[in-house]
Amino acid sequence: MNRELQVRALTRVEGEGALRIAIEEGKVTAAQLRIYEPPRFFEAFLRGRQYTEVADITSRICGICPVAYQTSAWRAIEDACGVSVPAEIAALRRLLYCGEWISSHALHIYLLHAPDFLGYLDAVALARADRPAVERGLRLKKAGNAVLEAIGGRAIHPVNPKAGGFYATPAGADLKPLAQQLARALDDALATVAWVAGFDFPDRELDCDLLAAAEPDRYAIESGEPATARGLTFPPADFGSHVTERQVPHSTALHATLDGATYLTGPLARYTISSARLSPVARQAAAAAGLGDTCRNPYRSIVVRAVEIVYAIEQALAIIGSYRRPAVPCVEVPPAPGTGHGVSEAPRGLLYHRYLIGSDGRIEAATIVPPTSQNQAAIEADLLATAQAGIDLPDDELTALCERTIRNYDPCISCSAHFLTMRVDRG
Amino acid sequence: MSNLPTLAVWKFASCDGCQLTLLDCEDELLSLAGQVRIAHFLEASSEVLAGPYDLSLVEGSISTPADTLRICEVREQSRLLVTIGACATSGGIQALRNYADFEEFRSAVYASPQYIESLATSTAIADHVRVDFELRGCPIDKHQLLELITAFLAGRRPEIPDTSVCTQCKRRGLTCVMVAHGTPCLGPVTHAGCGALCPAVDRGCYGCFGPMAGANLPALTRQLRQGGMSAREVDLVLRTFNVAAPGFAEHREDR
Repeated sequence: MNRELQVRALTRVEGEGALRIAIEEGKVTAAQLRIYEPPRFFEAFLRGRQYTEVADITSRICGICPVAYQTSAWRAIEDACGVSVPAEIAALRRLLYCGEWISSHALHIYLLHAPDFLGYLDAVALARADRPAVERGLRLKKAGNAVLEAIGGRAIHPVNPKAGGFYATPAGADLKPLAQQLARALDDALATVAWVAGFDFPDRELDCDLLAAAEPDRYAIESGEPATARGLTFPPADFGSHVTERQVPHSTALHATLDGATYLTGPLARYTISSARLSPVARQAAAAAGLGDTCRNPYRSIVVRAVEIVYAIEQALAIIGSYRRPAVPCVEVPPAPGTGHGVSEAPRGLLYHRYLIGSDGRIEAATIVPPTSQNQAAIEADLLATAQAGIDLPDDELTALCERTIRNYDPCISCSAHFLTMRVDRG
Repeated sequence: MSNLPTLAVWKFASCDGCQLTLLDCEDELLSLAGQVRIAHFLEASSEVLAGPYDLSLVEGSISTPADTLRICEVREQSRLLVTIGACATSGGIQALRNYADFEEFRSAVYASPQYIESLATSTAIADHVRVDFELRGCPIDKHQLLELITAFLAGRRPEIPDTSVCTQCKRRGLTCVMVAHGTPCLGPVTHAGCGALCPAVDRGCYGCFGPMAGANLPALTRQLRQGGMSAREVDLVLRTFNVAAPGFAEHREDR
């Protein structure tokens, strides 16, 4: 018997996506995450803009991870112009990015993902049953936003960061209340790890390769080099020779492959590649929550996100603790013709930018590869396997299971679709 | 089952940042959920109730053939329709295509552009349906959003001033970046609402709330040129998140 399951508008994901599963004679023949978000053509209209405008413009690709876009953008611009910033400015940038991790992860854990594990339609319904839990999540989210506001000037589309550093830096005394708020948030973060560790996790192991930025002596956030779970490391400039994008017929998305194969980026990739470089407190919380050195179960990504919140708060506290106001808020970035590459770890995974800058500082070409379009093929492979394994379930249960499968990956459709709207036809 | 007024949140071409602003009301979200029934908010809830809705918040611009129809359905289902943010109010940064060769844009991003369903323009919601109120900003301001919802619940007009960023900058006691440092600033022509965030970090306003009503653009652009900006540089600062807002678009030399 042939069946077709459809969800015309996925809920509790960022952006507009749909789901289609086709089953023919007991076999799943298609599993599609269809993204109908309209394309916005950033790569096209960036051409001709001034190199100093790129961070502000690309932040508008995503309201949930604007700092990731700003960071990968200025990394690429500074790479092209041959500029590096002093350690104090680099530390403030890491602090800003920690704010985005805390806020974005708290949003996903409490408002989007946890209701799946606990059987609620949304966080409002969850709050009716367990208001303290949702209030804890909102406090955490607020703490992340407080970091973004203190360092970035605004939580969504921060106004203060720029190529070369910041327009202004905070006085040390201004960060004291923030440190107090973060110290309280650390308790909430540890409670979050313990809370999500108690959820039920179906068995599922991904066997695809994993890709994340990595650094030798710390967990990579705003810097690092792309590394894979299979042990390959390459400089950001080689991204294009390992990752290739291909437009699929009847699709407005390019599917990315890593050296020809499906791969995943995001929390599972970061944790599996770099868990040894987490702080002792974060490692301990992870161990107590039942995580080993690696994690390839997409359901447990919620635990990894919670552990990453712990780490981000500790990092933020450490940076504030040793903060000395930089001598200057930014360094000059004179335009230089050439190509620059930038990667950073957006909450949802590795985000790559490449720009070709002309001699007058005009952008001549732009390439942006967001995490969700890299993850597209892996998400669909998981959907296919999950739907096949659950083929005996009634339609509504199988559909709900497939929606849950997608939410495990925290897809940011707004991001991905602005380059590539995905509609896959495997026929 | 409940007599609460219903709230719906809709998304068109956008970054999600304006609807995220509603979830960023961390202190108010749960009490708000006790005063309105969140009936349609796909990003936040899997519970989707049928219309009609008392208040619809619309994020994003119209940029596909399907969306020109969908916005009409949203209008029919909504007692009050309020646009939130620069995309919904002026077409957003994606309206840069309105001033470019769209076919070239499409083939610059996609190898097989024939698969891409997209209009050659990105336009404001008000170009398609009647809009009851427009909230400015890229993104909107959380306090203005709460004021808007509070006013709706009380059945009054929201108190959202239609003045310039300068008025908020003065009230904050900030030093004028243009007068003191010669920093180019769009504050004198930009709609208030952000609270003068950029001057607070020694940066000139870059106009993300779009033009205020009755802005004197010629006076400002003259000042910017005298300050040393080229005609191209002036055009670029007016070609960002509110590129298609008439108050800015009419004063660019490249239009």
